[in-house]
Amino acid sequence: MAVHTTSDRPVAPARAPAAARRRRRRPTAWIFAGPAAVLFALFFAYPLGASFLQSFTTEDAGATHWVGLDQYRRMIEDPAFLESLFNTGVILVVQVPVMIGLAVVLAVLLNQSWLRFRGTWRAIYFLPAVTTLVAYAVVFQVLLKTDGGLVNQILGAAGIGQVDWLNNPTWARVSLIASLTWRWTGYNAVILLAGLQSIGKEQYEAASIDGATTFSTYARVILPQLRPVVLFCVITSTIGTLQLFDENYVLTRGGPDDATLTPVVYLYKVGFQQFDFGYAAAIAWVVVALIAAISALQYVAFGRERRR
Amino acid sequence: MTALQQAPVRVHPARRAGRYAVRLFLAAGAVVSLVPFLWMAIAATHSTSDLFRSPPPLLPGGRLLDNLARLQDTIGFGRVLLNSVGIAVVHTVLSSLISAMCGYGLAKYRFRGRGLLLGAVLATMMIPFQVLLVPLFQMMASVGWIDSYQAVVLPFLANSFGILLMRQGFVDFPDELLESARIDGSGELRTFYQVVLPCVRPQLGALVIFTFMAQWNSFIWPLLMLNSEDKYTVPVALNTLTGLSHVDYSGLMLGSLLATLPLMALFLLFQRQFVAGLLGGAVKG
Repeated sequence: MAVHTTSDRPVAPARAPAAARRRRRRPTAWIFAGPAAVLFALFFAYPLGASFLQSFTTEDAGATHWVGLDQYRRMIEDPAFLESLFNTGVILVVQVPVMIGLAVVLAVLLNQSWLRFRGTWRAIYFLPAVTTLVAYAVVFQVLLKTDGGLVNQILGAAGIGQVDWLNNPTWARVSLIASLTWRWTGYNAVILLAGLQSIGKEQYEAASIDGATTFSTYARVILPQLRPVVLFCVITSTIGTLQLFDENYVLTRGGPDDATLTPVVYLYKVGFQQFDFGYAAAIAWVVVALIAAISALQYVAFGRERRR
Repeated sequence: MTALQQAPVRVHPARRAGRYAVRLFLAAGAVVSLVPFLWMAIAATHSTSDLFRSPPPLLPGGRLLDNLARLQDTIGFGRVLLNSVGIAVVHTVLSSLISAMCGYGLAKYRFRGRGLLLGAVLATMMIPFQVLLVPLFQMMASVGWIDSYQAVVLPFLANSFGILLMRQGFVDFPDELLESARIDGSGELRTFYQVVLPCVRPQLGALVIFTFMAQWNSFIWPLLMLNSEDKYTVPVALNTLTGLSHVDYSGLMLGSLLATLPLMALFLLFQRQFVAGLLGGAVKG
């Protein structure tokens, strides 16, 4: 009989849920979550609230005055701020679609099973994204230098005259767009490639048995399923564009004539060169609002198409 | 013997031409991707005047050590590099630990305030950190931390991306194993470090690499916090060189190369973790 006693014990799983719940309720959870919670409270929640309040104030000779919505009204009539919005709009409309389109093409090509050394290709295309930001801006400065920069030398050899890449407002925008595309296309392609690879092989096979060409397999079967990943890339690129700072700050300092000024570079100048903290805070909150609005819009637009 | 050898699959000529076109396209793109790096490496070994002569130098020159010595003279590059490494390593260790612990807490415990904490984590991902710049700057100024390393490291230790990435890794960890560890008398912290953490090595690897990279590249915050040249990080020090009337381009290129090489090495060594981390939010599984 003694032999059977072991099996008479209640089986563990029957008891586990209650025990687990008990264990989870114990305050030991805060040992794990505590440090991050304290850091968030100190360095996120507090400055977030402070910045919101600050955006309704102005500082005059060390004293803080409540000015209501004045800082927000200022923006509407501030040509530099409007210019920074326009520049952001240009990048959103031109650079993001070109880059995402190129990234989709690259991802599809890198996904071809007959292609050899796919890992190497992927690494090469991803490399620009791991460059130190400042280093990459510096390299583009040197490549795009008007006198003797490599790009102008190549253009010269092809019989095209010198382009004043970084000192002409239009070309400065082109330079910024080109350097952003250089840096982030491969990054997005790698994300999209992983999305493609998570689509089952049988779908390709089924389409090919049905007589679909490679092109129509992608256009009709594969790419529609990739939509959530494309959406992810579009939204992260949009947010990145609205927060753009490092690239244009180092490449052109926002110039020439504010042609590459972005809201965050502007808020940096307002806050830390003119020490107009209230206005800087207001600009920051407008950036937040824009990010929220545009992301929501993109989400809705993509979501609707998907339901069709 | 030859039975194992498969006859090569015949490819239709048109399709074969298409494949060559694809390879050509990819190769052209690869050249565009790589030229700035090659140029950086070549430029680092020439003098500034040689960089812009026509035709440009296409092979490495002999001025590498000159450039290095000048970089050391102007911005104290050795010290600056050491600062960057130190800050990045300390930040990465602390941040990864804090994020992993928080991710574990959120994944495996139900506790008061959990919803609030999760909300805060998601909010930090959505709100651009530039909003915090001014008040954070003022906080640091009021406690006299401007121009200190802790001011650079502390504010961004709790990393939402990392917390969510780790939480995802911990959620699937079987509760039964945690139970049995507890029954065996292992404390909660010991269970975490000795039982759970080793099981999420892939996510942890991705987190460590990403955190290191983010801190190594971080520019705007160190630029605001650090004032004395001997405390500068590499990006901040290189930035001071770009604003001069006579820019030392070859020195800058060498500095940029040295700033980029560690990241390239990390990426090439840990490509898999890298891509996994990248996809944390994009593709499930």
